Amino acid sequence: MWKNRGIAFKLILSTSVSSGLIFLLVFALNYFSSLKIVVTDIQTNAQSLALSKANMIETILSSTQKIPETLACFLENGSYDREQILRILREIVEKNPEICGSTIAFETSPFEGKSSAFAPSFYKANGKMLFSELSGDSGGYFTSDWYQIPKELSRPQWSEPYYAGGGGNMLLATYSVPFYRVVRGETQFMGVITASISLEWLQNIVASIKVLQTGYGVLISKNGTLVTHPLKELIMNETIFGLAEERGDTKLREIGRKMIRGESGFVPFQSMGTEEHYWVYYTPIPSSGWALAILFPRNELVVDINRLTWVVAILGILGLSLLSIGLTVIARSITKPLTTMAMATQEIARGNLDVELPLPRSGDEAGVLLSAFRSMKDSLKDYIQRLTETTASKERIESELMIAHDIQMSLLPKTFPPFPDREEFDIHAMIHPAREVGGDFYDFFLIDHDHLCFAIGDVSGKGVPASLFMAMTKTLIKATSSGGIAPGEILTRVNRDLIQGNDACMFATIFFGVLNTNTGKIFYANGGHNYPFILRRGNEATWLEGNRGIVVGGVENATYETGQAVLESGDSIFLYTDGVTEAMNEREELFSDDRLRTRLTLLQGHAPKELISGVAEEVAEFSQNMPQADDIAMMVIRFSGKRNG
Amino acid sequence: MRRTGLSILLCMLFVPVVVAAEKPLKKASFLPQWSPQAQFAGYYVAYKKGFYKDHGIDLTILQGGPDRPPLLFLTEGKTDFASSWLSTGLRWRSSGHKVINICQIVQRSALMLIAKKSHLITTPRDMDGKKVSLWGDEFQIQPRAFFRKYDLNVETIPQAFSVNLFLRDGVDVASATWYNEYHTIINSGVDPDELRTFFFHEHGLNFPEDGIYTLEETFKRDPSLSCAFVKASIEGWVYAFSHPDEALDIVLRFIEQAKIPANRTHQKWMLNRMKDLVVISDSPGSMGRLQQTDYQNVSHVLNESGVIETMPEFKSFFVWCDKDVEK
Repeated sequence: MWKNRGIAFKLILSTSVSSGLIFLLVFALNYFSSLKIVVTDIQTNAQSLALSKANMIETILSSTQKIPETLACFLENGSYDREQILRILREIVEKNPEICGSTIAFETSPFEGKSSAFAPSFYKANGKMLFSELSGDSGGYFTSDWYQIPKELSRPQWSEPYYAGGGGNMLLATYSVPFYRVVRGETQFMGVITASISLEWLQNIVASIKVLQTGYGVLISKNGTLVTHPLKELIMNETIFGLAEERGDTKLREIGRKMIRGESGFVPFQSMGTEEHYWVYYTPIPSSGWALAILFPRNELVVDINRLTWVVAILGILGLSLLSIGLTVIARSITKPLTTMAMATQEIARGNLDVELPLPRSGDEAGVLLSAFRSMKDSLKDYIQRLTETTASKERIESELMIAHDIQMSLLPKTFPPFPDREEFDIHAMIHPAREVGGDFYDFFLIDHDHLCFAIGDVSGKGVPASLFMAMTKTLIKATSSGGIAPGEILTRVNRDLIQGNDACMFATIFFGVLNTNTGKIFYANGGHNYPFILRRGNEATWLEGNRGIVVGGVENATYETGQAVLESGDSIFLYTDGVTEAMNEREELFSDDRLRTRLTLLQGHAPKELISGVAEEVAEFSQNMPQADDIAMMVIRFSGKRNG
Repeated sequence: MRRTGLSILLCMLFVPVVVAAEKPLKKASFLPQWSPQAQFAGYYVAYKKGFYKDHGIDLTILQGGPDRPPLLFLTEGKTDFASSWLSTGLRWRSSGHKVINICQIVQRSALMLIAKKSHLITTPRDMDGKKVSLWGDEFQIQPRAFFRKYDLNVETIPQAFSVNLFLRDGVDVASATWYNEYHTIINSGVDPDELRTFFFHEHGLNFPEDGIYTLEETFKRDPSLSCAFVKASIEGWVYAFSHPDEALDIVLRFIEQAKIPANRTHQKWMLNRMKDLVVISDSPGSMGRLQQTDYQNVSHVLNESGVIETMPEFKSFFVWCDKDVEK
């Protein structure tokens, strides 16, 4: 699937994914490190806030503690009577505005005339000073927590906070100090001195703790009772553990246990009641065993981070979108020309070179490619046009050449045997031009009954000019030949005629001879041509000896000698052009005179036709696949002599 | 199985409702032995759901409290029916008051002793020489019998209504009830595994607790009233146990009316524990029946403890309303 997707898709996807990942990484790192900084900050703040509030509470509680402790000291060491006790107690309540009640509860009354219990108590109610004596019997103060606990523990104690008068609205706490007297060396428990204070101030202190909008402080007693809480119905009616049980929140219970054990800590906490996330700092109020917790609302504290995070996230997404758009534009600028070119290529492949290509809009690689493609298309179009034209003209020339070939061939005698009624000689010839038309030629004709003229020639150059020159040469030879003129003279005349108007400086090699068909005598002249072979019966093929002479048409006033030879009955003369001996094989070796002579020797005795085809086969076999470089012409005349003579 | 048992019981109990609804309502009053809480959920639920009216009773539930001993109120004619412990009922009966038990709601003793493991108490013997806080009167009978049983010499000190002395380690062992103080201790931050509990019913001292009492005279005058009250009350309990949330709502409303701080979590615990204490058998019809063996065990211990001198006859003390009586 991926493989077949477009470049644009791959480019955008891979870039978006990788930059998205990088962004996420940076984003997460940024978020968590900011959060860490904030949390550290909050912890510091939480700690100092909680400690300052706890200290405030502690200061008030410990200053309250001093009063009953001082009184205990007095009762343990001084002597007093009932009136004194009452006066001191009254003064304590009167002169200490924070104290709303005080009691001295004796285990047994130290004064005569009293029942065993004695517990005078002064307290403020509705601005008035009231006095009462508590009873000590069953249901009385002996089993009250404020009396029994310090007595049993032998140390001062803060009571659990409680409402005045059972159902009242005023929340109180009582500090109870046990006092003793040493009687005959034995420390004897005497009773308990209490001072009660209203906890309104404490509730105010804790209630004043507001952290942003939803953060708050909570004070719990030693039993975990909620002394202050934003939810009024929980105050003094529920413990932190009850709350934990109701909400099934074991973590809350664990925090509560740490708090009542006097530990401090900073922990994250999710309220199961409101689902709100908080950080809680808790710290003990050591003198009373109570504990203060301040809840810092996580959502509000991280709101700035969250806002920043949102901004970063939006910027990131925006950036990624911009990146994608940019990439899309770039990718399209690459792929659009490619797509166009792909379609154009298909069109061109179908042969439509007129397909429209867009103009390159930029100088980038795609633009360069498009430009190159455009010029390639144009060149291709031009080329094909030119090719079409060239082909057309070449075809015309070829057809003309074919006609020329036919004409040239028709110039040469090609009917064999040419003189079927003459038994004293036999002729066979073959020509094979290297191109459509060539410069080689052969000819034979009877000038009278007993004289056979024969010629073989090779015009310099090849092709059309050579063929025209050849035609002219052949015509001249034929026109010039007549009985009584020696072959040397004939060539001399032909030379002279050819030189006239020979502006192209062409020439030909010609071997010309005349055979007396009665005697076998041959007169001949050579104009620069290869000497033919004489094939005598039973002997090796030999060259016809003589002067080679100069080429015909080359030198003005050139004269040619006439040689003579005699053919016996059965002898043959083999004439050829250099196309035979200079045929080359793949190793660039020439067919050579020797190879020809050997072959002729082998073939002597055969009829002229077989002899020529034998040589032709040998040459073809020799040159094999090599193209024929030069025209080839061969002619054999076999003299049989007179049968009737 | 238990639920099935309850349902069958419920069906049986609803049968006479149609008949009873036609009759004019009889006025009656009932005094629980403590202020409103889930310990008396059955009565409040029966009241709110109209079960008493269905049984022809126009009932007034009086507010109980420490200053209102139910059997005293009963003998003084201040209430027609009262809830009280079996041991208290026996004490009153043997001291000549003609009080009778007409329904034993709580079959299993909820009273217990509780210690912190940190005070190295794991067996009853470990309490020897320790400081134990005890409530007064009938609440002391089982603990003292327990101390005798295990031959313990303990220092007892009086215990009031709070468990703060225990929480602050002023005593080694404290008295508690399974449905109330135990839960208060847990919800003061002590984990259950930090505590060692001694249920008296596990130490051969099962004292069935809350039962319904009336005067012999009241019963004789109109047995159908007493029986109707018992039936409606049992219906109330069955309904409360099968509809705990609704029952809690009802109980909490009574607590609020009495201007006592209401704590749903605590009441929920209490109602669940009451179910453990009231429904001890799957067999329908067993609810409310005082078992003679329990009775004999309690009266024997009371006698041994010197609380009672004579053991009243079971049949004269416990009167169970069967169908004959109602007719």
